Amino acid sequence: MSTLEAPRAGWTPGVTLTQIAAVAGRSIRRTARQPAMAIPPLVFPVALMLVNAAGLEPSTLLPGFPTDSFLAFALAVPFIQGALFATMNAGTDFARDIQTGFLNRLSLTSLRGSSLLAGQLAGIVVLGLVQAVFYVLVGLVVGVRFASGPAGVLVILVFAAIVSLGFGALGSFLALRTGSGEAVQGMFPLLFVFLFISSMNTPRDLIAVEWFRIAASLNPVSYLIECVRSLIITGWDPKALGLGFGVAIAIAIVSLVLASWAMTRRLTRT
Amino acid sequence: MDAANGIVVEALVREFRKGPRAVDGIDLRVEPGEIYGFLGPNGAGKSTTVLMLTTLLPPTSGTATVAGFDVVREGPKVRGVIGAALQEAALDNLLTGRDHLRLQTMLQGLPRHDRKGRADELLDRVGLTEAADRKVGGYSGGMKRRLDLALALVHRPRVLFLDEPTTGLDPQSRSALWDEVARLAREDGVTVFLTTQYLEEADVLADRVGIIDHGRIVAEGTPTALKAEIGRPSVHAIPAVADDRARILELLDRFGEPFGDGELAVRLDEGIGLADVVRGIDAEGLALHDVELRAPTLDDVFLAKTGRTLEGAAEEDEEPAAARRR
Repeated sequence: MSTLEAPRAGWTPGVTLTQIAAVAGRSIRRTARQPAMAIPPLVFPVALMLVNAAGLEPSTLLPGFPTDSFLAFALAVPFIQGALFATMNAGTDFARDIQTGFLNRLSLTSLRGSSLLAGQLAGIVVLGLVQAVFYVLVGLVVGVRFASGPAGVLVILVFAAIVSLGFGALGSFLALRTGSGEAVQGMFPLLFVFLFISSMNTPRDLIAVEWFRIAASLNPVSYLIECVRSLIITGWDPKALGLGFGVAIAIAIVSLVLASWAMTRRLTRT
Repeated sequence: MDAANGIVVEALVREFRKGPRAVDGIDLRVEPGEIYGFLGPNGAGKSTTVLMLTTLLPPTSGTATVAGFDVVREGPKVRGVIGAALQEAALDNLLTGRDHLRLQTMLQGLPRHDRKGRADELLDRVGLTEAADRKVGGYSGGMKRRLDLALALVHRPRVLFLDEPTTGLDPQSRSALWDEVARLAREDGVTVFLTTQYLEEADVLADRVGIIDHGRIVAEGTPTALKAEIGRPSVHAIPAVADDRARILELLDRFGEPFGDGELAVRLDEGIGLADVVRGIDAEGLALHDVELRAPTLDDVFLAKTGRTLEGAAEEDEEPAAARRR
């Protein structure tokens, strides 16, 4: 067939969905082919949880501690920690695309910036869900019983998807603004500080040091952890769910707005 | 001109905040089906021009149309009819060649039933069928360039931009790529805009050449016409006795315009031939180890237009270009 005679599909919603699927598929394939990126987000949070549980098990003897299993208490943390890991990895990957010129290749197609972002984030959400399923399985293997039952597990997966979306958009924003994988990686310690100054190891009302309790109460990560934790050890707690989903959705909205703006700035094509 | 797949550029300018004008008011026309070689040293403005023509960089001023579409006002339409392989073969080392083509066919909106066939056809055309399921990280530079070309052709573009497509390739890979580019123009009628810093590439491949230096086009025409414009051949001598060098240099001065920089070479004056030079040297009792008559090259054209050789200009411009990137 002659080069000039060939047909070409015009833009349609179907083409957009195909493009989003293509970008998401690449994102997933890349992660799957990099064990060094795929395994740490799964293993490290679980390892940290097991170490913490071994050392902090006596905490469950504190009056008012919500459960007699520290593993059940701590299982919520990997969901958030894993999402942070995945976010940094995704952001670093995105920044690499900018540095290597791969983004220019994508820019030369009919792919819209919003579709590119949607595809990247879809890939991150899928990976976030894979992680969440893994943590649920680890919990079941170590003997944790989910107080909210199978429906609660489903809610946890939905929550994990929203958290992955929010943090993924944040990582994409950083990548698009800086165009540097190193800069994205540089944010990782800061996000980890948020994790550690939270209620990850102790319920907020049992934190004796006042400044830490205030900091943990101001820290949105506390509410993300407490949302998952409530489904594991309490059952259906509307307040924890409302705060957790509220914070997760707010982070997702703000991050998406920032990432979309950064994408517009990055794609200077006419 | 038939605007269907030509390129028309008028007074195109691109300024960056820090640094001089990368492109300083260029005008050019590329005819449909033509291979246009854009020749110049590093930092001359070649890649900036390509980025503007492919809609990836807005011009500061001036106009450009590609296949009849304005690059500023009709960016999506331009992207729909062009293919581009930019300076770095931007590939994903973790994906296979086939993965890349699958991704590109989906992003370019090819119908589902056409995707696999098109990918196989292009892999075959660029000789990567056997390597198609290997990760690109293990490809040689030549294989990456060929895959890059295949990706640029996925949606059957009418205009193809190739930014230094053979830089760093071995002669065999370079020759294979030239053959494919020539075939695209000849058999498929694709218009090719090719930037290069290799004289031979422009000479062999391009129907017409534009020579750019410091953001301005300093010469344009067919390679033959440009060389004919310079017209005069040059004589290059190597003395048999090193001590005779100064005397030979002085003698050569009588026969034309010396190259300078101490090189024992002279661009011959009108009516002077190699025999005249040899006789003159012989008459002075000097001996030569070797003497060569060279026809004008595009480098001579560059020298005549800019006062520098292309190679020298590349070295000279490397530092400012790097500074601009910073």
